[in-house]
Amino acid sequence: MTLDDGLDQPLRVINVGLDLFAEQAAAQGRAVLHVDWRPPAGGTDIAALLAQMEDEPS
Amino acid sequence: MAVRAVVRRSFYQDSIALMSVAARVRAEPGVSEAAVLMGTPANHAILAAAGLVASEIQDAAPGDLVIVVQAETDAAAQAALRAAGTMLDERQRATSVLRRPRTLEAALGERPDANLAVISVPGAYAAAEARTALRRGLHVFLFSDNVPLADEVELKRLAASRRLLCMGPDCGTAYLAGVGLGFANVVPRGRVGCVAASGTGLQAVVSRLAALGEGISHGIGVGGRDLSSEVGGTMTQLALAALARDARTEAIVVISKPPSPTVLPELETAIRATGKPVVVCCLGAAGRPGAPGTWVGTLDDAASAVVALLRKVSWAPGSFSDPAAVRARIAGLGAARGNLLGLYTGGTLAHEAHLLLDPLLGALGGNVGAGHRGDSGGHHVFDLGADEFTVGRPHPMLDPDARATRVREAGRDGNVGVLLLDLVLGRGAHANPADALARAVREARETAQRAGRSLLAVASVVGTEGDPQGVRGQVDQLRAAGVEVLPSNAQAARFAALALRPDLAAPLLGAR
Repeated sequence: MTLDDGLDQPLRVINVGLDLFAEQAAAQGRAVLHVDWRPPAGGTDIAALLAQMEDEPS
Repeated sequence: MAVRAVVRRSFYQDSIALMSVAARVRAEPGVSEAAVLMGTPANHAILAAAGLVASEIQDAAPGDLVIVVQAETDAAAQAALRAAGTMLDERQRATSVLRRPRTLEAALGERPDANLAVISVPGAYAAAEARTALRRGLHVFLFSDNVPLADEVELKRLAASRRLLCMGPDCGTAYLAGVGLGFANVVPRGRVGCVAASGTGLQAVVSRLAALGEGISHGIGVGGRDLSSEVGGTMTQLALAALARDARTEAIVVISKPPSPTVLPELETAIRATGKPVVVCCLGAAGRPGAPGTWVGTLDDAASAVVALLRKVSWAPGSFSDPAAVRARIAGLGAARGNLLGLYTGGTLAHEAHLLLDPLLGALGGNVGAGHRGDSGGHHVFDLGADEFTVGRPHPMLDPDARATRVREAGRDGNVGVLLLDLVLGRGAHANPADALARAVREARETAQRAGRSLLAVASVVGTEGDPQGVRGQVDQLRAAGVEVLPSNAQAARFAALALRPDLAAPLLGAR
């Protein structure tokens, strides 16, 4: 569904994060699939480390 | 005092869930402080700053859960740790009954027809999730904050190129196709479409519209930085065009901070192109001569102006919706003495009050507005939802206790004569925020009275009768505690100024 289909299409929701928001959409009668999201192993520290390594002269 | 802690390795629950467990642990017998959070470097720093240091948690990693309790005795601390463990286990069992996908990609495999992703993961991870959703053709509601500006620019360009909405980052509230997203009030559907860079601003306008008998078609959130020169108003323009094509939408309200001068011409072009009546509320900015749309100065005026446009009646900004009632009330109260102290949970509402009060009362202190002056003596307005008050703590809209403490302090402060307050209801907000506030105001007023002073409390409530809290019951609780409740934040701010400066009656209330 893009904006060309208009804004009034029935919402089918995927929720990533606070489960409060999945409960809210469900309470309003909308189909919701909640993702059991976890931080990626190593988190952003690995990304920061990689960026740092790229900056160092080889 | 004893500090005891445990670490649960590779155990994740979202921040609101953890804060609610922490709040329940704080209420355990003998416990003076408790923290339940992930072992990130930032959280280790918060714990150290709070004096919650224990050897058990030093090696906790970002994927590990940390529970720290400070209690009167070692036995009480150990008991509270056990209670916390039980609460977490119960939550874990309740949420793992259903088999759930672990990634957005997996969820899309199960639900290939999904058309909206609601994303509220920590900011460092949010852009990656939003990018995935947009590439797969989903509109995005991005609640997460702390998303880098460069990511926002890229995400919104990607969204626009695919004719998708990227609502946010830092989007608190939106309404799409009759569904409230994030922290949303329960409002009727109707003919007003909104584009909002502020969640609380949108809540205030749609709640006021509901009180005036109008509903909304859609409320598209764009995040606070959309009209900055870097982002260039990408989503605001897209949203205006979408509302222009939307058959349900008969008039439009734009809510924002002042746009960057580089974005203003494009904003004006987009407003003109809608071909529909547009009310523009950019708090702190007036329209240029010849600018399209009806430019207003307050959220209250945004609602009443659009209602007048729809009903084809004339409209002019006014200070109060019922000046005669205000005149009578102010006369009954007598002049207030001392300083004004604004204690806000809604950042945009604090900003609006600051803009209104600065010219009426003179330079304001607090943490709002350009070049804010901190504790400068005199009148102050504080946004208690700002980062400096919420590190490691829930937002005051979720947990009213932090503000209640400050209200009680104001009762003991001989300099404070007027309290100015907001209360924000709706889905996601605290279940009964008026209770804690009303009790604190009652105590503060009694404390002041015993010291031979009087303390006036003035408030407004953002909410509707359809909200889980019910606006009427919340207003009644505040009034029973002696709070003057006005129909909007702007009217509450003006009422507070009038109580301190009766000479403002002529400009604010007009000739008798």
